[in-house]
Amino acid sequence: MTLSRDQVRHVALLARLGLEPGEEDYYAEQLSRILDHIERLQQVDTDAIPPTAQVVEVLPVMREDEARPCLSQEAALANAPETEDGFFVVRAIQEADPG
Amino acid sequence: MTQLYALTIGELAPLLRDREISAVELLDAHLRRIEAVDPKVKAYLRLTPDLARAQAADADRLFQAGAAGPLTGIPVAIKDVLCVEGVETTAGSKILAGFKPPYEATAIARLRAAGCVFLGMTNCDEFAMGSSTENSGFFPTHNPWSLDKVPGGSSGGSAAAVAAGEAVFGLGTDTGGSIRQPAALCGVVGMKPTYGRVSRYGLIAFASSLDQIGPLARSVTDAALVLSAVAGPDPNDSTCFDRPLDLSQLEAGVRGMRLGVPKEYFEVAGMQAGVRESVEQALAALEGTGAELVDVTLPHTDYGLAAYYIIAPAEASSNLARFDGVKYGLREARAESLMDTYLQTRRQGFGAEVRRRIMLGSYALSSGYYDAYYLKAQKVRTLIKRDFDAAFEHCDAVVSATSPTVAFEIGAKTGDPFAMYLNDVLTLGGNLAGLPGVSLPCAPAGGLPVGLQVLAPQFREDVALLVARAYEQAGGARAEVARVA
Repeated sequence: MTLSRDQVRHVALLARLGLEPGEEDYYAEQLSRILDHIERLQQVDTDAIPPTAQVVEVLPVMREDEARPCLSQEAALANAPETEDGFFVVRAIQEADPG
Repeated sequence: MTQLYALTIGELAPLLRDREISAVELLDAHLRRIEAVDPKVKAYLRLTPDLARAQAADADRLFQAGAAGPLTGIPVAIKDVLCVEGVETTAGSKILAGFKPPYEATAIARLRAAGCVFLGMTNCDEFAMGSSTENSGFFPTHNPWSLDKVPGGSSGGSAAAVAAGEAVFGLGTDTGGSIRQPAALCGVVGMKPTYGRVSRYGLIAFASSLDQIGPLARSVTDAALVLSAVAGPDPNDSTCFDRPLDLSQLEAGVRGMRLGVPKEYFEVAGMQAGVRESVEQALAALEGTGAELVDVTLPHTDYGLAAYYIIAPAEASSNLARFDGVKYGLREARAESLMDTYLQTRRQGFGAEVRRRIMLGSYALSSGYYDAYYLKAQKVRTLIKRDFDAAFEHCDAVVSATSPTVAFEIGAKTGDPFAMYLNDVLTLGGNLAGLPGVSLPCAPAGGLPVGLQVLAPQFREDVALLVARAYEQAGGARAEVARVA
């Protein structure tokens, strides 16, 4: 199983990971090696086998839908790199309309 | 006289209770020990002496009032993935540098309520991804028994701290072996509880269907005591179950018990002869105290690593999406758009192994590959769990080595991620099947610690700990404190 440079670039973008120049080759080689090992899963006959969703049998946990104390706005924002008027600040997500 | 920093909880409890020593004295002995050896071991990322002094003073007041419990005044090392309110907690990652949690992990809150003294946050592989603590975003930790060797990982800082007398016990987390393997390599006792035994609330998540919190300690009874303190249901974690945990009969011995020996676990790639001999001696010792050894088979062992390295990275790729430079931690200030903030922050903040696993996980979950990888791995996971179910029809516990090797040289495997993954081949089955497992020291090989692993059925921590305790009593190596030289 060989992962191409383009595939690495695509996956990195999906995962929002910026890559340095040359890193596509580095990760393509390493991920391919790991995927080579993982290929052996295809040898296992799993046609009649259900996937594990929960490894320990879980019953639904219920509680009353009641308001409870939670973090204050100040505490929730305390670790943010940039805040303003009680909001997280990020770069603009839309370009200004060039008109 | 034995140094205070070399004693177990069980040995310290009467000294504290009878007021032969104070909690403040015990803390000071640890702070001095840390000052003396941590420049070499580098188990701690950061110390919390002010918090510790306040907690020790509180503990002494409880002893004075006759209101102390079994963990009151006991100094603990905390893996840097467990949120301690107001104390910088970074998961060993630069992306969380400066993060001070506004709330506390349930396991930590329970130790705090039990009167423990928090020494500081211990080093680990970044986001608990690794088997040597070399993937820390800050620096590697050194094995106290041989400073040019790794302590194992990912809870390598907590294991090294306990082995070096820099804490009486530690908390770690285990997703594929991250408590048991460093316990083995550092010569201490490590326990991974059943999935769902200990609340994960406030644990910085790696792989949510596999992660469990557990103790690293210098005796089996100490590990049991800590487990009792942190286990139990929590309204903040709906996957934490209310199931009985009775650890009062750990001295009962193994007479009449059947211990399953899986042949596949003795034939894995890279199994060192010295490790194998040491474990075989330990099994003979258990047989000598009345246990019956029975052959069992875990036929899907060869597929465990492959299934694990799809499932864990897939879950990690989702869990780590939250580190985006917006809500906490690092932000790359020069970014010109929101997309650029994400790309650049995550490029700067994550180390190579975390990036590798995020990409692997994203690939396994991506359109067109989900069935071939993620779904397939979850089906193989079912088969691995069934292997254990079938084995437990013939035995009470499964015994093996914890790690195929003793501690290896720092740097020996960092260039080959796959070689590093092979460290987990005997432990990750326990995570995939949700089982409780203990690692405890057996005879050293070539002067380095070896771990014996005991796996039990789900929610039978009592069985795993009883077998471990029986071996400890039958002459198993005691978890000694390393001299550090």
